[in-house]
Amino acid sequence: MPHDHHDHLSPSGHPYRADDDTPLSYWQTMEIAVRELLVEKDITTAEEINAQIDAMDARSPAIGAAVVARAWCDPEFKIRLLADASAASREMGFDIGPMHLIALENTADTHNIVVCTLCSCYPRNLLGLPPDWYKSRAYRSRTVKEPRKVLSEFGVTLPDRMRIRVHDSTADMRYVVIPMRPKGTEDLSQDALAALVTRDSMIGTGIATAPTA
Amino acid sequence: MDTKTDGRRWHDMGGQDAGPICDDQHDFSLWEKRVDALMVLCSGKGYFTVDGLRRVLEDMGEEAFETMSYYERWIASINQNLVESGAYTTEELAAQMAEVKARGATYGDASLGK
Repeated sequence: MPHDHHDHLSPSGHPYRADDDTPLSYWQTMEIAVRELLVEKDITTAEEINAQIDAMDARSPAIGAAVVARAWCDPEFKIRLLADASAASREMGFDIGPMHLIALENTADTHNIVVCTLCSCYPRNLLGLPPDWYKSRAYRSRTVKEPRKVLSEFGVTLPDRMRIRVHDSTADMRYVVIPMRPKGTEDLSQDALAALVTRDSMIGTGIATAPTA
Repeated sequence: MDTKTDGRRWHDMGGQDAGPICDDQHDFSLWEKRVDALMVLCSGKGYFTVDGLRRVLEDMGEEAFETMSYYERWIASINQNLVESGAYTTEELAAQMAEVKARGATYGDASLGK
């Protein structure tokens, strides 16, 4: 039977988003029921849930990029960031939550890469929700054993002499990589620098983007 | 090496052999975002901790990891933790799930279009 969206209009007459346009699943039913029970028992409210979703949606790698760009421009800030990344990020007004955040500086000799072999721990307040590959068996299993090969699959080839340090996150301790500042960026503003800092460069599976001429 | 007999549990994957990294990405749907929000809010209110979330995820076993999506596993764990902490009973959950299911065949209908 051809898929007919007219069978799937919401009460408001709009089609549901494609990824919600499937028969109600058992786990979706549980999510709705749990949420409604929590509201009924005054443990939370619909408004509080919506506000939390909005807060999470507002988090993106742009927050981490702002922190990295400041570290590139402000040596005193970089010292504070490397000493206590949670406190330094809060200093910029970012809500880091209860997690202990550690910043790892890439240098000409050392490249850092972050993984969570046990689950999916990620600096979500600084970078938003993790990409699907970060949570995959392939990334979790292989990064600690063959980081160079993993990096090559992300298009990053590092010289053999460069040391690679792999950091395994825990539920209470999250890492963010400070990538190397690209060459030829001496004259760029902090905002322009932040635009070069990609999500993957802060996980360690990428490097900061070169400036466009 | 037989990784099943090296003393580690299934979720302790570091160093095992695995296939290439797939960079397919999906947008989170509303129900997934709600599961994420429930985790943050309920743990923030002291109903359980991230360790409680992980304990249930790990006890669900490898088959659940392979067959259920990320947030399907999360809502299962959140529910288990909330029942254990006394937020509601399994009877209340069953009754609420039956009511939700009776509302319609899609997520939109069952969540009252919200």
